[in-house]
Amino acid sequence: MLKINKDECTGCGLCVKVCPFDAMHLVGEKAQDDEKCTLCGACVKVCPVDAITIERKRVDPSKFKDFKGVWVWAEQIDGQLRNVGLELLGKGRELADKLGEPLCAVLLGHNVDEMPNILAQNGADIVYVSDQEILAHYTTDAYTDVISALILTEKPNIVLFGATSNGRDLGPRIAARLQLGLTADCTGLDIDDKRQLIQTRPAFGGNIMASILSPYTRPQMATVRPNVFKPPTDAAKKADIREVDIKVNKAAVRTKIVDTIIEMEEGALKVDEAEMVVTCGRGIKTPENIEVVGELATELNAALGGSRPIVDQGWMKHHQQVGQSGRTIAPQLYIACGVSGAIQHLVGMRTSDVIIAINNDPDAPIFTVADFSIVGDLFKVVPAIVKELRRVKAQK
Amino acid sequence: MKIIVPIKQVPEIAEVKIDPETKTLVRAGIPSILNPFDEFAVEEAVRIKEKFGEGEVIIITMGPPQAEDALKKCLAMGGDRAIHLSDRAFAGADTWATAYTIAQAIKTEEPYDLIICGKQAIDGDTAQVGPEIAEILGIPQITYALEVEVAENKKRIKVRRETDEGFEVVDCRLPALLTATKGLNEPRLPSLMAIMKAGKKEIKLVTAETLGGDPEQFGLPGSPTQVVEVFTPEQRSAGIKIDGTEDPEGAAKQLVEWLLKKGVI
Repeated sequence: MLKINKDECTGCGLCVKVCPFDAMHLVGEKAQDDEKCTLCGACVKVCPVDAITIERKRVDPSKFKDFKGVWVWAEQIDGQLRNVGLELLGKGRELADKLGEPLCAVLLGHNVDEMPNILAQNGADIVYVSDQEILAHYTTDAYTDVISALILTEKPNIVLFGATSNGRDLGPRIAARLQLGLTADCTGLDIDDKRQLIQTRPAFGGNIMASILSPYTRPQMATVRPNVFKPPTDAAKKADIREVDIKVNKAAVRTKIVDTIIEMEEGALKVDEAEMVVTCGRGIKTPENIEVVGELATELNAALGGSRPIVDQGWMKHHQQVGQSGRTIAPQLYIACGVSGAIQHLVGMRTSDVIIAINNDPDAPIFTVADFSIVGDLFKVVPAIVKELRRVKAQK
Repeated sequence: MKIIVPIKQVPEIAEVKIDPETKTLVRAGIPSILNPFDEFAVEEAVRIKEKFGEGEVIIITMGPPQAEDALKKCLAMGGDRAIHLSDRAFAGADTWATAYTIAQAIKTEEPYDLIICGKQAIDGDTAQVGPEIAEILGIPQITYALEVEVAENKKRIKVRRETDEGFEVVDCRLPALLTATKGLNEPRLPSLMAIMKAGKKEIKLVTAETLGGDPEQFGLPGSPTQVVEVFTPEQRSAGIKIDGTEDPEGAAKQLVEWLLKKGVI
């Protein structure tokens, strides 16, 4: 429940302003909540004198049945839905069907236009839409406020987030506000015989896998890596699209985006989202030579990445780095060109479906995880592969 | 400025091996290190203090007694004092219970200006404890910081942060919590002198009893997530290996044929 320390309260009214439910009022110059309060926490966050606190109790397991539905946060960026949201709808459908509960997409943004329909076509039974100018760009505060409040009022059973930069910023914030468990970067999700969500994730650099449950709290929440699950293929249908009536006040958003710099080239693929990834390592010797490997990436329509030394030299961007201090990825096809395969690199890519390695050192560690290894000069082998791919393509 | 840096001691992942017989993690003899992302956090805190020529950098960790080594490294890098949360009652904490426990310790240091965490620890890779601490303390967060600029009046901060598409410059009022990512700075190697001096700096040991807060939220019992099974994934082994030094075209042909047969392309 919400507790207001009347001795501390200065009656500034900030909580009244930010309450998305119009549940806060000033009574005798002191804050007072009413029955509309959902314990969303928006007021706690902005109170300058920390006079408001929330006491939460863990959910009594007998109440678990009140929590229904599998939710997917459908992240959008500049009017584009991220692929991971659709992938999660694919997996979410399976989980929802096992539970016999609805699959819901949660969409926050501004001028979202066609996006709710796309989510419906990808299997959502219900699409919750909050369309406000303040949600046009992701901010931790605004997104946490809306989704936390929605969870409290609608009581889902499961909430899934894509483990993107924003998903990993948002998920833990909501989890901490609602005192819920959150399993990071899951690569496997299933329902056990007690109808609990089994969340499987790698730890210790992929050396071990852990299966995790959230036995005492609802909803059960997880972030899921992009590219682990497949988007649904045949779900074209109509969803119940519901406008969410939760308004975010400017005062509730404490960070201000001053500038946004898009570094991704138009149409370029991301290493953590692409189905195929081609990377180069120290073996390419000079930045000009990246083009040799880049040509292979283009030919395959793969994302181009690099190992740590390449990024440290400034030859590639940070978001292109594959490995422990960069991105951990699992594409269907991974081709390492001139990458020796330090363990920090291997932990970032060894769960890829198929790994190809090309290196002139027959003892390079990358060969120990590769399904197909070619010992040889990458400047000769890689162009030969490109040539062969083109020849095969021309034949088709 | 009072800057707090929560850190973690982690096993050197590069040294972690799987016992081929028992298929379990071999922990014996694996060196423990300061989480690499935390080095960026400590370095940035020390640089901010140095820039203003005043302030205090307080390092906090939760961990077993040997985690003191990681604290000592941070003190050698320029931290002023440290708090070591060490108690069997804290063991087995998930990210929420960890964040709750560390947040209690941070509350004892109020008022503070800035908290800097590493983006994530390399053993769990969750990236959750930083944002969870921020939420529990009720302060804003800016994750994946690449460049930090504290305003002259020390009331605001401007941060260039990494996004999936590029960068974003975010401004906010202090106190706030940042998480540091690679590229924020080059962490210093402490000099021998600095290491000697660090030996004299205070490391305050705090137990569950002296910490305060709700003890029911500590450790495994306080954790909303529970690990029910740990298993070793199927280890990858080397597949086909061919020599393409003499005949790169032939090797390329074999590879493409193999890829086609596998249905990968």
